[in-house]
Amino acid sequence: MGTITFPVEASHIMMFARAVGDTNPVYHDAQVAARGEAGGIIAPPTFGQAVAQFDPDYHLRPKSGQAWFGSGKTPSGVEQAPSAGGLHAEQHFEYLRPLRPGDVLTVEIKPGKTWEKESKRAGKLTFRERIAEYRDQTGALVLIARGVGVTTERPVDQG
Amino acid sequence: MALHASRLKIGDTHSETVVDNLPRTQIVQYAGASGDYNPIHTDEIYTTKSAGYPSVFAHGMLTMGLTGKMLTNYVGDGRLTKFGVRFTNQVWPGDTLTSTATVTAIGDGIVSLDVVTTNQDGKEVVRGSAEARIDP
Repeated sequence: MGTITFPVEASHIMMFARAVGDTNPVYHDAQVAARGEAGGIIAPPTFGQAVAQFDPDYHLRPKSGQAWFGSGKTPSGVEQAPSAGGLHAEQHFEYLRPLRPGDVLTVEIKPGKTWEKESKRAGKLTFRERIAEYRDQTGALVLIARGVGVTTERPVDQG
Repeated sequence: MALHASRLKIGDTHSETVVDNLPRTQIVQYAGASGDYNPIHTDEIYTTKSAGYPSVFAHGMLTMGLTGKMLTNYVGDGRLTKFGVRFTNQVWPGDTLTSTATVTAIGDGIVSLDVVTTNQDGKEVVRGSAEARIDP
């Protein structure tokens, strides 16, 4: 956790919108976007999550010179593969204004509450909350993201 | 594009198919754009042989992003003030997802929406709520 600098770029917004299959020109066409209500390109509502790209220590990105837990010669590149791993349980965003190309955001990530629950489908569940506050280059708060991750005792039963 | 309070009523719905036959490649695309390279979403060998799932599955945030597309198509660009979901079931390659927003309250310049995304079997994969600015 800590503080991350997140430069918002037009090509990143375009690729993110493509990944969610959103063809709205407000995410990729500066001329069309300028004529619309948004007044220019903006980021789609879940784009804030892409701050992960700018977290130097992000654990879900392979790093040069370090073993990766995905498959290579063997199904996992590490001896002790993480058990069932973490899953995303909840995500909540509060928007104070849309993110725009050229914004340079400072994102402060803080741990929130932690709680446990017993589940028939996956054993003991441990929930961890994480709150991220996104401030722009003027120091104004523009986005608040609250995520809840869950670690399961075993893979979720598909029955 | 904006919604108008005078033309809205509680119970109004807007529904869209947000993905049809979700390809594994779209999940790869989302991993690349979001930066979340957890192999559980893109690496079939790791996911089936090491993690113990029947197949790779979509990032919860891909499903939320697909759901968000329905919302912004409904409320207009840059008008969302809140959007939150719980991920209630996994989304698998080949799934077809439908997202629906239902008006639950019309306040002073703000509409409140119930949000749900279901798969081709009618199983709920995401449930949540949203708020957006509306015109009079």
